Amino acid sequence: MKRVIPLLLLFALFVSACETAVTPAPTAVPTIPAPAATSVPTTAPTSTPAPTTLTVFAAASLTGAFGEIGKAFEAAHPGVTVKFSFAGSQVLRTQIEQGALADVFASADHKNMDPLVTENLVATGADQDFATNLLIVILPPKNPANIQTLQDLAKPGLKLIFEDASVPAGNYTRQILTNMSKDPTYGTDFSTKVLANVVSNETDVKQVVAKVDQGEADAGVVYVTDALAAPDLISISIPANFNVIARYPITALAKAPNPDLAAAFVAYVLSADGQAIMKKWGFSPANP
Amino acid sequence: MQRLFRQRRTSQSPGWVFILPSLVLIGLIGLPLIALVWRSAGKDFLTYVLSENAFSALKLSLVTSSISVGLALLTGTPLAYILVHSRFPGRTLVDLLVDVPVVLPPSVAGIALLMAFGRAGIFGTWLNAVGITIPFTTAAVVIAQTFVSAPFLVRSARIGFAAIDPQQLEAARMEGANEWQEFRYIMIPLAGRALLTGVILAWTRALGEFGATILFAGNLEGKTQTMPLAIYIGFEENIKIALVLSVMLLAVSLVFLALLRKLEEPD
Repeated sequence: MKRVIPLLLLFALFVSACETAVTPAPTAVPTIPAPAATSVPTTAPTSTPAPTTLTVFAAASLTGAFGEIGKAFEAAHPGVTVKFSFAGSQVLRTQIEQGALADVFASADHKNMDPLVTENLVATGADQDFATNLLIVILPPKNPANIQTLQDLAKPGLKLIFEDASVPAGNYTRQILTNMSKDPTYGTDFSTKVLANVVSNETDVKQVVAKVDQGEADAGVVYVTDALAAPDLISISIPANFNVIARYPITALAKAPNPDLAAAFVAYVLSADGQAIMKKWGFSPANP
Repeated sequence: MQRLFRQRRTSQSPGWVFILPSLVLIGLIGLPLIALVWRSAGKDFLTYVLSENAFSALKLSLVTSSISVGLALLTGTPLAYILVHSRFPGRTLVDLLVDVPVVLPPSVAGIALLMAFGRAGIFGTWLNAVGITIPFTTAAVVIAQTFVSAPFLVRSARIGFAAIDPQQLEAARMEGANEWQEFRYIMIPLAGRALLTGVILAWTRALGEFGATILFAGNLEGKTQTMPLAIYIGFEENIKIALVLSVMLLAVSLVFLALLRKLEEPD
């Protein structure tokens, strides 16, 4: 019976009917002397150059390129370990807004960077574009639905996997479909027809790549760089007049635990060395 | 409840060694829940409850979890009966197998389901050949939920059936009852409480299913986006929706918990 009490306490907090039960509780739990936290001497941060960890939040589409940049940065800065958290930019933005301690944030779109700027969460009050990307249609290696052209995506009964509209790539994909619907060759209902074939809205591009690669879907839309990183997939390129240029901004964060290193990392990504790695992974420069 | 606390006061008071760690845990569990309710409260609460997104997630969750529990009941009860009453080779193995999902991380369940029943999965390829595709459908949600929740029902039913006095069954058999009658008129009524406990445990587990669902069934509003998925997506898009849905699930969980407590009470 006794083990029920904590649960009852919890219950009492929510269920108004149990309000009477709250009052006797303090008798069972008398006032607690404050823990001896004050007696613990506050340890001042020592100046010894301890090995530092730089935390970088980066869009999932940057997984390959930033992995390599991280290694190069570590080589140039002995004692520094770069830790990455790759996820949909919208996930990372939310985490930063909820107080996650990161040094650098690299987003796949401005929609997830701009709010951080207005909320004063980025250092020096600005972000910089460091790369651009384009979108592409990917098909499983065996192409089970026999998709040959972009028009085929509107064929009823297909199973398409996109990113959720909150994910940058998902947002870009929907923009592209809107652009295509304005072209008479595709027809005004092209976007509606294609979206009717969507069976899942994933939370980042890498999930789409994995599921298409497994053959679970007939097609997906991801970044050109994702398709390059998964060479066994078939891809259909999207013409430039419909495609959307994804601009990737990067910034050091206002609450970065290592502000100097954060700035150095951003500078490295923008440097000739960093840009060469980005190019190697299929990204285009932000300012051609 | 009053009685409980009075009893507590008269018994010897536990020392700080017990009270302090207990308070830490109570705070750890209680504070987040309070924060959740606090943050979700507001005059727009109802607007979000009634929003299309929240409503379709709620509806889908209720429908799929009900079907899953129904499936668990239809298949799990006979299985529990067999496990208690029959001796056959491999019984221990089946017993263990049914318990695996209880300890298995849901993401592992999701991958496993995809490997088996995915379109390119080992059995999924056959199904696909006859025109049946399971992943990314509402059926996939039900399968994922049944996979993770049915074992709770089996466990509970097994305990209920095992507690029945064998002499009663023997008496029934002497009166000429067949196995079905024995099951229907003796086992089910006597194990009713255990079965109901199993149903509630399975239901809460099915309602909360996330990992296997997002991997095996994907995320599509109205079709595969159950409440836990809507909460995950909502967290990134509209935190208010996530909070309101969370509070709704918390409320449902509390009701189930209250029912469980009621069932555990002796007559």
